[in-house]
Amino acid sequence: MTSYDIVIVGGGPAGLAAAVSAKKAGTDSILIIERDKELGGILNQCIHNGFGLHTFKEELTGPEYAYRFIEQVYDLGIEYKLDTMVMDISHDKVVTAMNRTEGMFQIQAGAVILAMGCRERPRGALNIPGYRPAGIYSAGTAQRLVNMEGYMPGREVVILGSGDIGLIMARRMTFEGATVKVVAELMPFSGGLKRNIVQCLDDYGIPLKLSHTVVDIEGKERVKAVTIAEVGPDMKPIPGTEERYTCDTLLLSTGLIPENELSRGAGVEMNAVTSGPVVNEILETSIPGVFACGNVLHVHDLVDYVSEEATRAGENAAKYVQNGCKDEKEGNDIKLVATEGARYTVPCTVNVSRMDENLTVRFRVGAVFKDSYVSVYFDDERVQHRKKRIMAPGEMEQIILQKKKLADYPDLKTITVKIEAE
Amino acid sequence: MYDVIIIGAGVTGCAVARELSRYKVNVCVLDKEEDVCSGTSKANSAIVHAGFDAPTGSLMARFNVRGNEMMDDFARDLDIPFKRNGAMVVCIHESEKDGLKDLYDRGIANGVKGLEILDREQALEKEPNLTENVVAALYAPTSGIICPFMLNIAMAENANVNGVDFFFNTEVEKLTPATCEKCGQPIWKIRTNNGEYKAKYVINAAGVYADVFHNMVSEKKIHITPRRGDYCLLDKTAGGHVSHTIFPQPTKFGKGVLVSPTIHGNLIVGPTAIDIENREGINTTAEGINDLIGKAGENVRNLPIRQVITSFAGLRAHEDHHEFVIGEVEDAPHFIDCAGIESPGLSSSPAIGEYVGQMLKEKMGLEEKENWIGTRKGILNPANLSIEERNELIKKEPAYGRIICRCEMVTEGEIIDAIHRPLGARSLDGVKRRTRAGMGRCQAGFCSPRTMEIINRELGIPMEKITKLGGDSKIVLERTKGGA
Amino acid sequence: MEKRNLTCIGCPMGCQITVEVEGEEVFSVTGNTCAIGDKYARQEVTHPERTVTSTVAVTGGEKDRCSVKTKGNIPKEKIFACMDAIDHVKVAAPVRIGDVVIENVCGTGVDVVATKNVDAA
Repeated sequence: MTSYDIVIVGGGPAGLAAAVSAKKAGTDSILIIERDKELGGILNQCIHNGFGLHTFKEELTGPEYAYRFIEQVYDLGIEYKLDTMVMDISHDKVVTAMNRTEGMFQIQAGAVILAMGCRERPRGALNIPGYRPAGIYSAGTAQRLVNMEGYMPGREVVILGSGDIGLIMARRMTFEGATVKVVAELMPFSGGLKRNIVQCLDDYGIPLKLSHTVVDIEGKERVKAVTIAEVGPDMKPIPGTEERYTCDTLLLSTGLIPENELSRGAGVEMNAVTSGPVVNEILETSIPGVFACGNVLHVHDLVDYVSEEATRAGENAAKYVQNGCKDEKEGNDIKLVATEGARYTVPCTVNVSRMDENLTVRFRVGAVFKDSYVSVYFDDERVQHRKKRIMAPGEMEQIILQKKKLADYPDLKTITVKIEAE
Repeated sequence: MYDVIIIGAGVTGCAVARELSRYKVNVCVLDKEEDVCSGTSKANSAIVHAGFDAPTGSLMARFNVRGNEMMDDFARDLDIPFKRNGAMVVCIHESEKDGLKDLYDRGIANGVKGLEILDREQALEKEPNLTENVVAALYAPTSGIICPFMLNIAMAENANVNGVDFFFNTEVEKLTPATCEKCGQPIWKIRTNNGEYKAKYVINAAGVYADVFHNMVSEKKIHITPRRGDYCLLDKTAGGHVSHTIFPQPTKFGKGVLVSPTIHGNLIVGPTAIDIENREGINTTAEGINDLIGKAGENVRNLPIRQVITSFAGLRAHEDHHEFVIGEVEDAPHFIDCAGIESPGLSSSPAIGEYVGQMLKEKMGLEEKENWIGTRKGILNPANLSIEERNELIKKEPAYGRIICRCEMVTEGEIIDAIHRPLGARSLDGVKRRTRAGMGRCQAGFCSPRTMEIINRELGIPMEKITKLGGDSKIVLERTKGGA
Repeated sequence: MEKRNLTCIGCPMGCQITVEVEGEEVFSVTGNTCAIGDKYARQEVTHPERTVTSTVAVTGGEKDRCSVKTKGNIPKEKIFACMDAIDHVKVAAPVRIGDVVIENVCGTGVDVVATKNVDAA
């Protein structure tokens, strides 16, 4: 069996950044396995700009951002396989993959970095009633058809869900001559960035209807009309509020789900809130030597954070293999708990002996909070209390834990992150 | 002029077609849709019922029990997966235990083998996720699960290989009786949107439209109501929630909402029973789905309903007397009904085929072909091969090394096979029903652009003309800006 | 004097800002909670600008579309004129990131450049 020190599953933004950092950290034997015909992952279809402000201090389009990393992969001579599907990852890090030229093959990895990204929630998962004709696409599928294949999926469009991909596609379809009639959002707030609401919807006079959902789809062969209705506080449609839109296309932008079939198959412990693996302070899953980063770990809104997280995963994986494929740590793991408005944290545990000087803990809130505080408790003692003018579920939040400070709490069991009114 | 024209390429029509393909007889099948298995046959519970449900002495009981018996050989010969996972009818009220006993007695009278009445403990031991409220259950070990698409497609392919013609997108508009100029026997003129066909015999296997054709030719009217059934299909991670097919006790509306593993490892919940007017009304409704979810929970605990990956609806061809109408129509010679084929229609289909085939053999004095091919190989599923075998295959056919549908792990090789085999797929749904590409948890979000490229390449159909399910169901409409 | 209502894009607050403006002259900005909002509003009512991204047709390439962007912002009212110009251009492969596809699009002084490499077929 062939072996590599590090096998990276996925050649999108997370996998690329992880590969580059692992290589720079001194590990040479690295293989990226990518299922598509080119590196770059979802960024290849995200042709809009706005990527990379944090990382490169300039606004790039998705393909340009990806290429900054792809270039480094080329320059550093990192190996990669395209058009190759990972079929299985075993608990002892044997990666089984398949492609047209090599058939099915197995690789013994010293460390594995999970970087498979996420997928969109399909119509079926939403139980939207009505017919099941052609013309219903997830926003990302439509984005691929338009931006990569060069085909228009429709001319008159209704969009359900105000996630960023849906908003971006509203503008994109408009540019290509389609009419976007309405964007309906189930929640009383949008999960998309304000900038996208203004520049993708308001600029083109596309109405955004909050607290609305699709209650009927007409058309046996191709979509003919979509009916939306207002929902009450119970999220149920309110009779009498129905509005019917004739259209030939319904795009869905209703959420992203980390794609963890392989992780589950390997026996990695999962977090029910994020649908991603449970990881510790070095982004290592419950299986030693298996790391996770990017949208497979938790759905991010900025690719810059994906790159940053993946860079750490790459460095940590390199350290792990350089250490003879052993975890080295001292003392106990401290549990990180998200509660009262905070939905989850990544990582879920911290071991002080192994953490960086400053550890970024990312989390999301479950509702919109105005003029509230992000509080951090070390057991029962409040140690951080930072006022935020606004926090919304669509935007990832973070706190920083300092190793120096944690050293003062040798018996600490739990770090709690919560949102407080005062 | 055909000897026999079958209207409808669903399970019934194709079962009859396959049976007739044994004989030296000229047969064709007409269907208004673009593919086989596009009506009632494609949206049902995918169960091979044991046969305890239908009234003793009815055609339903007879064909169900016989169809069930035939299914092992049938599935083996046609290379389709079939599993006898057993069914349980769950009784949750002491007062209704008598009903369970009645069902048991009826099953015995119908000739169903292996029936047992289980007490609460036995039932829970067999199926730990049954509701706490279970007081007893009827256990039917011969009940099975099957893929209705594969059954339907396999029968059609096998019939086609043995010489039966299929004409799709061909909608029958009018049936006129006539007399054969040569032999003086009654024949039928069949006007369609694709020209006129003539046949000595017509088999009416038109599902929810069977009454329309029957009533065109007969004064003794029948009436079929499209009875809609909504379903939810759950992710494979939920597929093991129950291992048997779990039924409530039946009511006058039918067998009720079942919960069952599917042959492919998903969990299916359904159907509702809603009588409608529209014979094309396969839209789900919020009330239907909510009703379903409520009822399914009555017999199975902790149903992981959040794992739903799709919901859909099918129409049962419910005849007013809830009975199959099979046989030559009295006042329309050479016109043979297979009407009112609702549940247990799928289970009964091999037996209906056998019966109608036998009937025509006798009526027409048919002789068997010497070279009839009774078996058919399905699309190779590389997942069933060892790594070595798989690599041999990929060396010969590299397309088997490329995964197109990542949820169901379907390779390009399987899709190419589905396109080029007899009566091959021409649409995304056609590929889906043959290979399962697009049937998984992402519901074709990932694979549809790739499957379209394969259809485009293999069949030369322009991207803008590729459909989901024929007709006007185009996936993309035109190129983006920038010219061709 | 004209009153214009805007949603600030500076942060998730999305302040509803009202601007009083006449021609190029801004008289007042209200509703914002910070300086970012003030700056955004003044720019947005006097010289709104956007970056346009799309794809152009490619001939002789491994694919027949290449993604492009305006290298900088262009006036908002020129967006559809810019899209029309993009609609009428074909570039020959190979294309490299940064290659100029349209010079000085619609007289804006801004070039349309490729954002993706497309190799020759």
